[in-house]
Amino acid sequence: MSTAGWRLARRVGIFAVSLLGASMLIFVVTAALPGDVAQVLLGMDATPEAVARLRHQLGLDRPLPVQYLSWIGGILTGNFGVSHLSGDPVLALMLPRLAVTLWLVLFGVIGSLVIALPAGLLAALKRRHWQGFLVNALAQVGMAIPVFWGGILLVLLFAVKLRWLPANGYVPLSQDLGKWASHLVLPAVTLSVVQGAVLTRYVRSAFIEVLNEDYYRTARAIGWTPTAALVRHGTRNAAISLVTVLGLQLSTVLVGAIVVEQVFTLPGLGSLLLTAVAQRDLLVVQGTVMFLVLAVLAINALVDFSYLLIDPRQRSGGEET
Amino acid sequence: MNHLNTRSGRRWLQGRWRLGALLGTLLVLTAACSPAAPATSPTTGAHTLEVGATLEPPSMDPFHNAAASIPQVLLYNVYETLVKVDSEGALKPLLAQAWELSEDRTIYTFHLNPAAKFASGQAVDSAAVKASIDRMKADSTITETLRAQLAVIDSVEAPEPAKVVFTLTRPSLMWLYDMSSTLGMVVDPAFTGELGTLTAGSGPYALKTQNKGQSVVLSKNASYWGTPGRFDEVTFRYFSDPNAMNASMLAGDLDVIASLQAPDALPQFADTTRFTTISGTTNGEVVLGLNHDNKALAKKAVRQALTMAIDRKALMDTVWNGQGTLIGSMAVPTDPWYEDLSATNAYDPVKAKELLKDAGYGSGLTLKLRVPVIPYAVKSAQFVASQLRDVGVTAKIEELEFSRWIPEVFTNGDYDLTIVGHVEARDLGKFANPKYYWHYGNAEFAKLYTAADEAGEESAIPLMKQAVRFLADDAAAIWLFALPNLVITSTDVTGVSLNATTLSFDLTTIASR
Repeated sequence: MSTAGWRLARRVGIFAVSLLGASMLIFVVTAALPGDVAQVLLGMDATPEAVARLRHQLGLDRPLPVQYLSWIGGILTGNFGVSHLSGDPVLALMLPRLAVTLWLVLFGVIGSLVIALPAGLLAALKRRHWQGFLVNALAQVGMAIPVFWGGILLVLLFAVKLRWLPANGYVPLSQDLGKWASHLVLPAVTLSVVQGAVLTRYVRSAFIEVLNEDYYRTARAIGWTPTAALVRHGTRNAAISLVTVLGLQLSTVLVGAIVVEQVFTLPGLGSLLLTAVAQRDLLVVQGTVMFLVLAVLAINALVDFSYLLIDPRQRSGGEET
Repeated sequence: MNHLNTRSGRRWLQGRWRLGALLGTLLVLTAACSPAAPATSPTTGAHTLEVGATLEPPSMDPFHNAAASIPQVLLYNVYETLVKVDSEGALKPLLAQAWELSEDRTIYTFHLNPAAKFASGQAVDSAAVKASIDRMKADSTITETLRAQLAVIDSVEAPEPAKVVFTLTRPSLMWLYDMSSTLGMVVDPAFTGELGTLTAGSGPYALKTQNKGQSVVLSKNASYWGTPGRFDEVTFRYFSDPNAMNASMLAGDLDVIASLQAPDALPQFADTTRFTTISGTTNGEVVLGLNHDNKALAKKAVRQALTMAIDRKALMDTVWNGQGTLIGSMAVPTDPWYEDLSATNAYDPVKAKELLKDAGYGSGLTLKLRVPVIPYAVKSAQFVASQLRDVGVTAKIEELEFSRWIPEVFTNGDYDLTIVGHVEARDLGKFANPKYYWHYGNAEFAKLYTAADEAGEESAIPLMKQAVRFLADDAAAIWLFALPNLVITSTDVTGVSLNATTLSFDLTTIASR
């Protein structure tokens, strides 16, 4: 088998083993949570006998390995189970929420790139000038702002004070394009600003590294302007480390979205997870966490593959040449 | 990728940058354009009402799920009962125009309003009322509260379409109040669908959609038999974060905040040209529960001493901005048997120390104060612990997530002191149950309570007062304060109930300009 083929097979193997491990961990941890959904359903006055009866009906009194196998078996056939609390299939609860979270993450990542690439480039080129220091300082401030606080500040300014945008809530794209966009602006900007600040510092150091490379010096020597040389020769070289960071960040954004969803009461995966935990709707918790783990692992795998795309040296397989 | 070293490659790269610039411009444009589509005040013209609330109903079925958020939306608005409780706590006719009871107070005869009909068009007759009760009786999975309340009902007869007769197993004052809540909701007997997702009531509104994680939308029942609903659509929007709800109100996206979660947010709504603040009472008693299984707390003198050690006025001022009512026992101002008992075992740390010394705890006493993570409970716990320290009692605070508090404290009784709000209406009967988490098995109180519950109209109230006074004097628990009903509305909205006497957020009285 070719090197690339081996690499792919190894990657897929790691992926499957990580998923299996994660599923066991998720199951054991959620099962260990005190309190249960039968009590939530029946109310505080429920007698222990009534709770036990309902637990039996819901199948919560089966041995843990049996419950695990039936859960994981269901997932393998695309059946995430049914919410004990509402009776809805877990997948049907997750999918509309997923759409909200994906929009948020998509705009959050695009926004952070739009902020970080020019800002990081400027900070690298002008690193000994006031512009560079200013970008650095702003990035530091941006990193120091907790996501929820940044969100609240934006709400206070644009929704409460100026009343340009709705303070929170969500309207699906299929219902009203304008309202959909206006409800996503503040959450996406919040996520972008904070993630953009983190990314700016990576962009800056990646480009500074390029500035010290021979090829950059050569490009300058043959008459390229600093910016043109950096953009022309630096982008792809800087991209390798940036994609790594972006991959890591995408996972953070996915988790950061939970906080943003809370601040802006967006009905995304994060808010689904929080409510489900509070009400001990374990199948929903397990399903959602499992999905998030899957997403993070998939992102990591994609980052690995993207190296092949960006860096031709990795593609040819070092051993063969 | 050799083409990078060619002119086309440069163009490709520049194309990338152009794409980035385009996306950036788009983002800025979206931001700049969206003021064109802001949420203008939804009340004007459209006859809709946006209500902000805290807990989202997990389903629309109040019979199989104990969540109070379900009747908040459905009671009186979607499902109607024979009698209802008004804002002052009095029983009023709804589906029943009148009712009478037998000499021995075990047979209630209700005369139904002949005009009453379900949203489906079918009449609300005695058979429908009987069917609703019988359906619950035959169901083994209904909530425990309903099961307990149903036990009082021996049988229901429907001799005439407009006449329904309830026979009780024993006389009960509380029974009719229970019938004004979920127990009394009359469901369309012709309905065969799923109550978790559809509604089948006779009220002025019907369920339109439930957007999970977000909102519940009610629409007007166009063929309502009584005074029609004043809104075409009412949306309950749910906020797990109180700050988000306040911001939404300030931004003009909401018309009403059904219940302000923390009174320290009140000053935000001080602008009377935009907002009206309603401050009434609720059924919620914030109770510092004492575990009577604890050796020390089983002693009346110790319980009285702990009560005297806590300045409840100062506590309410500190933790709840002085909003609320000092009650002193298990009754709230809208209960017919309420009287202010906050002076019983009044604040007196010197006497508290003496009592503790006489009881044998002069050298100190250590108690576990395990509270759920709820704002009033956590804040009150710190205040309580500090005041108890002054009389030589060490309260070790432990904060528990609510879903952990239920099994450990509420079910297993693993605590000495705890703080929680009891939001059910007329709930002093809980003290008569020795298995309830306080483990207060006082036979004398149980006797007083039962006598009051079974007594006739005239003697019931004085007897109930006696029971309430007994609890206060015996320091069965420590009543910190009653939670206020803080409602914020835009100035356009009128008719919101002053007091929250039931679980319902009653839309039937609300109008807007």
